[in-house]
Amino acid sequence: MTSIDPETLNSILATDCGSTTTKAILIEKRGPEYRLIVRGEAPTTVEAPFEDVTRGVLNAIMEVEELAGRKILDGERILTPQRGGEGVDLYLSTSSAGGGLQMMVSGVVKSMTGESAQRAALGAGAIVMDVIASNDGRLPHQKIKRIRHLRPDMILLSGGVDGGTTSHVAEMAELLAAADPKARLGAGYELPVIYAGNKNAVDIVRERLGKKVALVITENLRPVLERENLGPARDKIHDLFMEHVMAHAPGYRKLMTWTPVPIMPTPGAVGLIIETIAREEGIQVIGVDIGGATTDVFSVFQGVFNRTVSANLGMSYSVSNVLAEAGLPNILRWVPFEIEERDLRNRIKNKMIRPTTIPQSLEELIIEQAIAREALRLAFEQHKSLAVGLKGVQQERTISDTFEQTASGETLVRLDHLDLLVGSGGVLSHAPRRAQAALMMLDAFLPEHITELAVDSIFMMPQLGVLSTVHPRAAKEVFEKDCLIRLGSSVAPVGPGKEATTALRVTLTLPGGKTEEFSIPYGSLRLVPLGLGETAKASLRPEKGLDVGEGKGRERVVSLKGGVVGLVFDCRGRQPFRLPEARPARIAKLNQWNEALGIYPPRDASKVSVGELAPLAARA
Amino acid sequence: MAHSYTPGLKVSSFTKLARERKLPLPGEVLVSLGQRVAAETIIARTELPGNVQTVNVANLLGVLPEDVEECLTKPPGSKIDKGEVFAESRSFFGLFRSKVHAPVRGTIESVSKVTGQVLLREEPIPVEVDAYVDGTIAEIHPNSGVTVETQGTFIQGIFGVGGEACGELRVCAPNPGEPLDEKAIGEPCRGKILVGGAYVTTAVLRKAIAHGVKAVVIGGFDDHDLRELLGYDLGVAITGSEEIGITLIVTEGFGSIPMAARTFDLLRSCEGRRVSVSGATQIRAGVLRPEIVAPRLDEGSPRDGGDSSVEEGLKPGDTVRVIRQPYFGRIGRVTALPPELMPLETEAKVRVLEVDFGNGSRVLLPRANVEMIES
Repeated sequence: MTSIDPETLNSILATDCGSTTTKAILIEKRGPEYRLIVRGEAPTTVEAPFEDVTRGVLNAIMEVEELAGRKILDGERILTPQRGGEGVDLYLSTSSAGGGLQMMVSGVVKSMTGESAQRAALGAGAIVMDVIASNDGRLPHQKIKRIRHLRPDMILLSGGVDGGTTSHVAEMAELLAAADPKARLGAGYELPVIYAGNKNAVDIVRERLGKKVALVITENLRPVLERENLGPARDKIHDLFMEHVMAHAPGYRKLMTWTPVPIMPTPGAVGLIIETIAREEGIQVIGVDIGGATTDVFSVFQGVFNRTVSANLGMSYSVSNVLAEAGLPNILRWVPFEIEERDLRNRIKNKMIRPTTIPQSLEELIIEQAIAREALRLAFEQHKSLAVGLKGVQQERTISDTFEQTASGETLVRLDHLDLLVGSGGVLSHAPRRAQAALMMLDAFLPEHITELAVDSIFMMPQLGVLSTVHPRAAKEVFEKDCLIRLGSSVAPVGPGKEATTALRVTLTLPGGKTEEFSIPYGSLRLVPLGLGETAKASLRPEKGLDVGEGKGRERVVSLKGGVVGLVFDCRGRQPFRLPEARPARIAKLNQWNEALGIYPPRDASKVSVGELAPLAARA
Repeated sequence: MAHSYTPGLKVSSFTKLARERKLPLPGEVLVSLGQRVAAETIIARTELPGNVQTVNVANLLGVLPEDVEECLTKPPGSKIDKGEVFAESRSFFGLFRSKVHAPVRGTIESVSKVTGQVLLREEPIPVEVDAYVDGTIAEIHPNSGVTVETQGTFIQGIFGVGGEACGELRVCAPNPGEPLDEKAIGEPCRGKILVGGAYVTTAVLRKAIAHGVKAVVIGGFDDHDLRELLGYDLGVAITGSEEIGITLIVTEGFGSIPMAARTFDLLRSCEGRRVSVSGATQIRAGVLRPEIVAPRLDEGSPRDGGDSSVEEGLKPGDTVRVIRQPYFGRIGRVTALPPELMPLETEAKVRVLEVDFGNGSRVLLPRANVEMIES
């Protein structure tokens, strides 16, 4: 790690090289605090014809220069430190370009060390291509074939608690040696393999693999069954990511010389920020970052951080895979107008083959947001199944636990305990109306009881994540003032109800003392404006059978936080949440909800655009 | 203003091209520098190591892992036949013998003293790489392959399925706006590469497959039909290895879209010539587009200067195609590039350009939603 004196930094330039776009932000110290000044972006240039990521970085910085009206570049060099009005004091970067960090992990028992290894890799910001384990049901030759075929950037080999089995670890090392895997990027270097398993098997692993791969030994990530020790393995993954993977991606060797701070994988940087919020505010948080190629979900529940990446769920490169995985009916259920299946399929595929296009008409925006709901939902499902307690651990029980038994390995993600849901990524951060982002998150995650919603204003959590490693205060100030946009709070009673009958009675005491009283029927949404920084005292009285956190039918008195959207009373139902089956009824319901939140400007609902030429004047 | 480039697809009447042809593993290069090759010429050959089978000999013989090596009838590295005894043990003063038979033909690769497993490697799998295009060997990559250089007409498609093919080009549509008609396909199409206009259905493609057509180049194709053709929903655009009996190259996009006139005219100019095509598409790291190459090796050298659109960005007067609804597929001329952000119907504020679709009808479009085409 580099030695940077945070106190000397007056200007910081940070970039994030995404799979589609490279984003640059300029942060300056204004008076006592750090603030975001401008943001620029340009297409990422890891692909032909450029094959040099620095080209896109320079283009994004040029946009920053233009918008900020200051010189940062001298030709193709970033001017550091700042001199007068020129240059910046620090440059740093994150990256997920070129497909991010692709790893394969291996453990002895798939649901134990295999899963721990997977969590270590995911937590470091990797995409896990496969988990190979002694008991994964595949024959040895099938595993070898798979290892060869995948060509990962790195392999994490784990297995066994300290002092436990060595023969299974030896078996996995032998399989790896037989496969003789080759790295994805750069033909002439050895594949990095991290061993983080039973310490008694270190010599065996070294003997089997030492000559075939670039072997790195670190502490066991599951030293005893009851405890994970993922930190050392994660750190090693970060180091090797820099040394091996980044150094072989097009242009990165150059980019690495521009910054004194190691380039971080984008998801690793976002994870840092989410962990920080949860720790500092002492709350349970879910964060989601929906990108072009992948969707990452982060959560902190009971102090445990988890991250998952859905490698093929995204809004551009992977948009067609959302269709393939969710199925057309699931996407169509969010579209509030009639559209031919053939037409919708072609639109989605056209976005896949030309991933940088943006919706121009309102229908296109609505369709894109319908797809986003399904991508988010699927990514969250995956997250819930991986963010679980340690499996194979015997739980000690007392008599008081008799009525509250939970099996080991149950998901840690409890929507009824969730305090804050943060959305990031183009489709959420750049939604023309913030209420659109709020409703997309409500529909996809279905938070229960009371949850605060927020979005990353212009998608800069990755840059702030890497900044927090060298200047936590600057990262925190910009995060709170310029990055996190608090949308407001949602109130969602849980339980079944009868359409149109009263579900929730509310008494709200607004700032200034004004009191409002209203009731909300089951199956509907209601928005009550409450500004940013304001709170309202609420008495929530759910109907019998419905629960807002105090038990079925029991009153809850709470203080609700406002935001740029306000308070959303979501009485559409949780457990179950159901959309009407019949198409006309479903469309009517969607339109009713959209209107309740005012998420779209008025549109002619009777038609889908086919490209009649609209007069220029009207559009301009 | 910062760069605002919109990389278009390359459509060139006469250009130089180089294609690297490499083996997946080190092997033998069979051609020499400067040699003229045909698309079908095998340029390099190797053998992929066979699959590995593991046999737990310690368990099967009931011996300790460290004793397994002593039980082998042949040392590691030896060849064995399927069914051959490759390990045995004797017990009770040599009266009882346990034997292990090889489940495959191959080689004894290694023995583990920890697990008692013996790795057997199956017979190697031969792999050959052909030249793909008619051309000249411009570079030899020792033990791995060559670079084939050629010159001629080169057209990139937007999306394709199926692998590489070579054959005579035959234009089957009267104009770029017409669909590829079923009646146009018959026995004379065998072994050929057909060019349609705006659209083709799965039914027509099936007929083409039945008549031994090697590839179809078309303006547009429905995703619904793609699903029928492949038998599954294509999730991620990484193609080229489908075994569907034909290569399909789409030049414009999904739906019924007239093939760009310049593309169609160029293809028509290649009628009757031998062309090489590849349907391989990868829309992510290392973007790869499908292509049609019609070599013209004996016509002197093409002028230098590549695709200027990529480097310079859009300017008034350029011809662009709209690549997103509501004007999807329309072709127009850029009339202005206002620098300020403008609101769309979605209320998003973005960089736009003004396009004239002819007849004086002009619209504002997001810059992200057009691609430059060479006029």
